[in-house]
Amino acid sequence: MALFSFSGITSLISKLRREPEANANVDWNEIEQQLINSDLGPKLSVELVELLKKNSNASLEESLLELLGKDRDRDLVKNQNPNPNVILIVGVNGVGKTTTVGKLAHYLVAAGNKVVIGAADTFRAAATGQVSTWAINAGATLVSGKDGADPAAIAFDAVAKGFEIGADFVLIDTAGRLHTKAGLMDELSKIRRVIEKRTSVGEVLLVIDGTTGQNGLAQAQIFAQTVGVTGVVVTKLDGSAKGGIAFAIERDFGAPIKFVGTGEAISDLAPFEAAAFVAALISS
Amino acid sequence: MFDSLSSRLTKTFTGLRSRGRINPVDIEETCEEIRIALLEADVADSVVTLLVEKVRTRSLEQISLDKKGINPGQQIISIVHEELVAILGGSARRLRFAKTAPTVIMLAGLQGSGKTTLAGKLAAYLKSEGNTPLLVACDLQRPNAVDQLQVVGSSVGVPIFAPEPGNGVGDPVKVAKAGIEFAKQKVHNFVIVDTAGRLGVDKELMEQAKNIRDAISPNEVLFVVDAMIGQDAVNTAQAFLDGVGFDGIVLTKMDGDARGGAALSIASVTNRPVMFLSTGEKSNEFEPFHPDRMANRILGMGDVATLAEQAKKALDGDSAQKLEEKFISGEKFTFDDFLEQLQAMKKMGSMSKILGMLPGAQSAAMKKQIAAIDENELIRAEAIIHSMTPNERQEPKIINGSRRARIARGSGTEVFHVNNVLDRFSAAQKAMKQMRNQPGLGGAANLPGMPPVSGISGMPAAKVAPPPKRSKSGNPAKRALEGR
Repeated sequence: MALFSFSGITSLISKLRREPEANANVDWNEIEQQLINSDLGPKLSVELVELLKKNSNASLEESLLELLGKDRDRDLVKNQNPNPNVILIVGVNGVGKTTTVGKLAHYLVAAGNKVVIGAADTFRAAATGQVSTWAINAGATLVSGKDGADPAAIAFDAVAKGFEIGADFVLIDTAGRLHTKAGLMDELSKIRRVIEKRTSVGEVLLVIDGTTGQNGLAQAQIFAQTVGVTGVVVTKLDGSAKGGIAFAIERDFGAPIKFVGTGEAISDLAPFEAAAFVAALISS
Repeated sequence: MFDSLSSRLTKTFTGLRSRGRINPVDIEETCEEIRIALLEADVADSVVTLLVEKVRTRSLEQISLDKKGINPGQQIISIVHEELVAILGGSARRLRFAKTAPTVIMLAGLQGSGKTTLAGKLAAYLKSEGNTPLLVACDLQRPNAVDQLQVVGSSVGVPIFAPEPGNGVGDPVKVAKAGIEFAKQKVHNFVIVDTAGRLGVDKELMEQAKNIRDAISPNEVLFVVDAMIGQDAVNTAQAFLDGVGFDGIVLTKMDGDARGGAALSIASVTNRPVMFLSTGEKSNEFEPFHPDRMANRILGMGDVATLAEQAKKALDGDSAQKLEEKFISGEKFTFDDFLEQLQAMKKMGSMSKILGMLPGAQSAAMKKQIAAIDENELIRAEAIIHSMTPNERQEPKIINGSRRARIARGSGTEVFHVNNVLDRFSAAQKAMKQMRNQPGLGGAANLPGMPPVSGISGMPAAKVAPPPKRSKSGNPAKRALEGR
């Protein structure tokens, strides 16, 4: 699997670590190119290469890990009170929000939690059907409404259901929306406000498609402004894309990557591991 | 945040445009700017290098010729433009039709690229051109994908062939084959086959896509790709080209602020043309792709051709002609005409989208103006006019204070909104009078209902604004010149 292969510049860099004098022969352009190819963006890539040139004792991997904040807390919010933890899942269209909700529900149920899913994507055709299939497979309780219903009302009902059955987590699946559509972004902040009439929103997870390019930064910025993003889920990392944009997002906005999606099966969601991610970023 | 590709290039070129003469150093600097702008727009590294190299070589050739009287900055811009158009596929290509119906179109792409939504839009587009498309549900993978296609299809009034429930049940190859047979029986002249999303590295699913293709021999395989995709676009596109092969590209989610560099990367690496753009979630937000217009958009030269096309579509022949007749006859411009104009504008799409297509729309000042536009203004104006009595619409002069208060109440607005509409109306009325006095300027293309955005040349509204100049020159020859 691509995510765990070490090759290309990694070996070049480890050579560099063993023989500091090899520094002069390093093709920094090639490294820069590689970083750009991983979607870190030209600006960040140049910055990293400069950093690496200065600190030739550390490997590129170590430098990247350092920048990513390897000791960052990547756990989901802890359940400290009897109230259910509310997790809002947001993102642009087609990044895999509904699939992530299904997998996350499965992950949480498997760990012994009681989970409610609120199907607040009432816009996309048949989205409710899609999430209900996931809910059944994951063993979670579904709260849904009609197509075109007010998503905030469904979110509120889902939270109420969570209280009623004593759930540990309430996952709210929202409709995909481009961050440039102000009206739809307002709707999202309304969903949050309405939930907060009942309880606090513990976590807002921004789902980022692993193939996304530099536009991911614009997405993160606007979503963070609108609903406050507390974590990132990177999906579709089982393909050839490296998901470097998630690195750039974490670095620019401080929202830690918490999960990665690696396939279409219900168990294809794993807590983020910085070391493996960074290794994959710089493998060619 | 990065500037958009166009605004970045616009900035670079503004400097060049004004220069009379440029040297190789200028060209180097420009090329570096172009390189970074393209990389930030997610154009693949290899493609960027190639493009920049071509631009550099051709630019150096040009300045060595040192032709007098031709602005060298303008020349570099046209070189970049030509190279962009060349990469984007030269001239626009239309769908190929089968010799014997049905024409079969197969959609393929990554998960979440927007295939199912696009299937509906493509069906709606074909239907609007007088065809009888059939949608075939071959995404039997993703939960409820079949349902989604059904909803999408029925919303655009196109029948669906979906014998299998999906959610992992059924053989897509069989469904595809049966779909074609069904279309032949029911005499559909187009078949659109929606397939499951798949990754380029997934050998098994790529094999499946290939089997679907072999079973139905489509006339067009369209590769559907998210405009927000990054550097991986080239790998994925290559994998699909090798795995199932495709004839054209569709870029989706073009209504976001992604710079769409993927279009350049994929077209360049696979040598296949971009054929359609998908620009929103509604079924009509879909347009054929024009390489030259896209290059214009990228370079910040505006997309006036598309704008004109949309205006023509929105202002249907009748109302445009009626308005023109009103001009000529000198009949009074009333609120009823104003309302018609507003409704035509609404049909053209959102105000910011319209203005975004104008030349110079990428400049910082213009962007600020566009961002400040209140999209509800048209809706509000419409409500206000609807709250007027027929008499008031014909004779706006009678609208006094108490009438204004009533109209505001009736339309759920404030009095200042009503005043605003009245002001705008009288400005439009005045503009009409002026246009009538200027022969050759009459025509429905100058939409008088357009809110005035000052200081931008090339705006239709700006055309209306300047009052007819009175000649001040005592020299008869000069006066004649001014009169032109």
